[in-house]
Amino acid sequence: MKRRDFLKSVTGVAAGALVPAPAIFSPAKADARSETLLIVSEGGPNNLDIHGVGTNVPGYEVSWNCYDRLITHEMKSGPGGVPYYDRDKFKGELADDMKIDDMSVTFKLKKNAKFHDGTPVAAKDVKWSLDRAVSVGGFPTFQMSAGSLTKPEQFVVVDDNTLRVDFAKKDRLTIPDLAVIVPCIVNSELVKKNASEKDPWGLEYTKQQTAGSGAYKLSKWTAGTEVIMERNDAWVGGPLPKIKRVIWRMVPQAGNRRALLERGDADISYELPFKDFQEMKANGKLNVVSLPFSNGIQYIGMNVTKPPFDNPKVRQAIAYALPYQKIMDVVLFGLANPMFGASAEKATEVAWPQPTKYATDMAKAKALLAEAGYASGFETTISFDLNFAGVNEPLCVLVQESLAQIGIKTTINKIPGANWRTELNKKEMPLYTNVFSGWLDYPEYFFYWCYHGNNSVFNTMSYKSPEMDKLIDGARNAASTGDKAAYDSDVKGFVDLAYKDIPRIPLYQPFVNVAMQKNISGYQYWFHRRLDYRALVKA
Amino acid sequence: MLTMIGKRLMFAIPSLIGVVIVTFLLTRALPGDPAAYFAGPAATKEAVEQIRKKLGLDKPLIEQFFRYTNDLAHGDFGNSLTTGQPVAAEIRNRLPASAELTLLGLFVSIVIAIPLGVLAATRPGSWIDHLCRITTTAGVSLPVFFTGLVLVYIFYFRLGWSPAPLGRLDVFYSAPPTVTGFYLIDTLIARDLEAFRSALSQLILPATTLAIFSLAPIARMTRASMLAVLASDFVRTARASGLSPGTVIVTYAFRNAMLPVITTLSMVFSFLLGANVLVEKVFAWPGIGSYAVEALISSDFAPVQGFVLTMAVMYVLLNLIIDILYGVIDPRVRLEG
Repeated sequence: MKRRDFLKSVTGVAAGALVPAPAIFSPAKADARSETLLIVSEGGPNNLDIHGVGTNVPGYEVSWNCYDRLITHEMKSGPGGVPYYDRDKFKGELADDMKIDDMSVTFKLKKNAKFHDGTPVAAKDVKWSLDRAVSVGGFPTFQMSAGSLTKPEQFVVVDDNTLRVDFAKKDRLTIPDLAVIVPCIVNSELVKKNASEKDPWGLEYTKQQTAGSGAYKLSKWTAGTEVIMERNDAWVGGPLPKIKRVIWRMVPQAGNRRALLERGDADISYELPFKDFQEMKANGKLNVVSLPFSNGIQYIGMNVTKPPFDNPKVRQAIAYALPYQKIMDVVLFGLANPMFGASAEKATEVAWPQPTKYATDMAKAKALLAEAGYASGFETTISFDLNFAGVNEPLCVLVQESLAQIGIKTTINKIPGANWRTELNKKEMPLYTNVFSGWLDYPEYFFYWCYHGNNSVFNTMSYKSPEMDKLIDGARNAASTGDKAAYDSDVKGFVDLAYKDIPRIPLYQPFVNVAMQKNISGYQYWFHRRLDYRALVKA
Repeated sequence: MLTMIGKRLMFAIPSLIGVVIVTFLLTRALPGDPAAYFAGPAATKEAVEQIRKKLGLDKPLIEQFFRYTNDLAHGDFGNSLTTGQPVAAEIRNRLPASAELTLLGLFVSIVIAIPLGVLAATRPGSWIDHLCRITTTAGVSLPVFFTGLVLVYIFYFRLGWSPAPLGRLDVFYSAPPTVTGFYLIDTLIARDLEAFRSALSQLILPATTLAIFSLAPIARMTRASMLAVLASDFVRTARASGLSPGTVIVTYAFRNAMLPVITTLSMVFSFLLGANVLVEKVFAWPGIGSYAVEALISSDFAPVQGFVLTMAVMYVLLNLIIDILYGVIDPRVRLEG
């Protein structure tokens, strides 16, 4: 073969294969396309059951859409007119009726509700599912306990269609906790059939398939590659969803996810860099929704048990030395709510999160540091979680630069994602950045986990103050008894104290960003921040 | 021949045992606590302990090791925590994806690199020699993920010639029934030409990316080895005997120059198979490299061990095949067990 012929044939082959295959071959395929939602995201589920061992966050999305709960939230109009879940209003999903008494709540089930395999949903299924949630241990049990739901005896079958939940104690969070993802109702007969002595709750079975009554049912799952879900036409939990089929593909490369969106091949995506969201917002080809995390804050934490951060003056000095605005502009491209720089006269509100009165003021920071006896500064390390390096790394570099101006030399310590929680649990890192957000959107809930002296994992600063504990406990009590005046004053009290003692410095309230094609509508914001396919519409 | 193969496989056993021990210890020495990781962001200390117990990580290391080897002996590689699936099944599903991509990439690379190397060797200093030098240098100095992204940007995003980089098949096709695990072959067996076309068009960009990267070692090795052979006595004799240049180059020189090229090919192949993680990431390819890296990031022991073990077995087999090929190509190389 001559050289020229050879080259010709090679390019011929390459070009031949590159000729675009028409995306649509037949009208049937076109229909499939218009009734199918194609989601692309970085990671996929590792388990389809939220009760499973170590189920990751994408797994929650499957659970949310494939299982029903007794109750769910109503929607209200949120920032920018986007539907936002209403913290205070509930409606039935599997339950027709909810009657709250002094120390219990009774649910009547919808009569025509059926699981995906056709078995009717009965009260014994509900009891078995709730028993399961409080018994399997790990995250689901922990989440249930947040609403004082801890023992199987609390769930009582009254008759085939009625279930009563007895309160262990008065707790305002019990009802909202029944509307989170965890208390999902599982097809107990089906799962029991597939359980074993070693695995009495059938977790191995529900890991691989869904056994619920939800609006979607799983049709195929290839771990790490794709999840395909079909609509359950017999769903009674709400109006029948418009999307017939959901294909959720894992595309690890953020640039490609953006390309897929801009070319119109993918319908919806999240988990993109802020810069991309900002650019897509600006060029207007796609719908980009940005909404604040409910009850969430990214913060700089300090270990208050060890010098130099055991000195409140040092912590205040740091709070005056942080480059807040720069972080907003350079790291987040404006896609966050500032949690700093409130004016000095602004009264504390009964709300969370709310901005601090700290703002970048190097002179003040220097003076405070000198007062604390560190006029010439000190050396420390600042740590962050590499899983969120896109935000954390530039943020820490900016903080490092800024602290250097008041004589504090910091080394940046990058901690791999697998190791991050171990490090947080040790509570030894002197200075770090982290994010916390609670599913239940109540100030006392946030403070109970993050500031209370019982030193939970989220009190990453090991902060302890009797005064703080008194205020938090007071607010929790006041909330359960409905004493509004006491509640308001306690909430204001603990916010003020948290900002005076400043063991953790709030930076901003992060946004959840979702980009979708113009023909997709009906996006709803939920506390879990994952997609709810049931409301989405593809025109 | 058969006794030779048997002997070679016997010799591989100690190294495999070594691999099992070393990977077990190395994964345990990784920083990071899988129990804390999988207990989730909202885990209390007790929750972490519960998970640790469930995973059997509270047992002494030696007991964990015996349990692991016992499972291994029964063909059980354990369960991955990140994907939730048995490791053996995942590797079985993912290895063909990586192998298909790598083989095609290597094939494209060979088809371009060997003629290029031969031509460059026969005309040293000519434009084709310079072309060979420039392409190979450029190919090897561009990081694969960069080449991949540029190709996606041009052929998918700008021109729209290539399909969306969404893995092995277009979203609306279903995978053919598994026979070999290679979609190009399986779709043909299933006589599904549309799916074949889709699988092929999905393969082109990632395979090209790999080919560009692996051009350099193959082309340069061909060139160097050809130059050495062309300068040798028997080629001079053949030329002096008036044989046509084609016969001299192809029959005499090329066959003799193949040995080092084959060695390089085996190295490039095994390197590509394990190291095309970045290409897999860029093209959302469900391959074995990205699987292992994900597992490593979340200190998920079982897949890492399974991956290393599979790779070790592949290397042993590959080396064996190469050694046998040597004998076929050059009768002077006789294998002594």
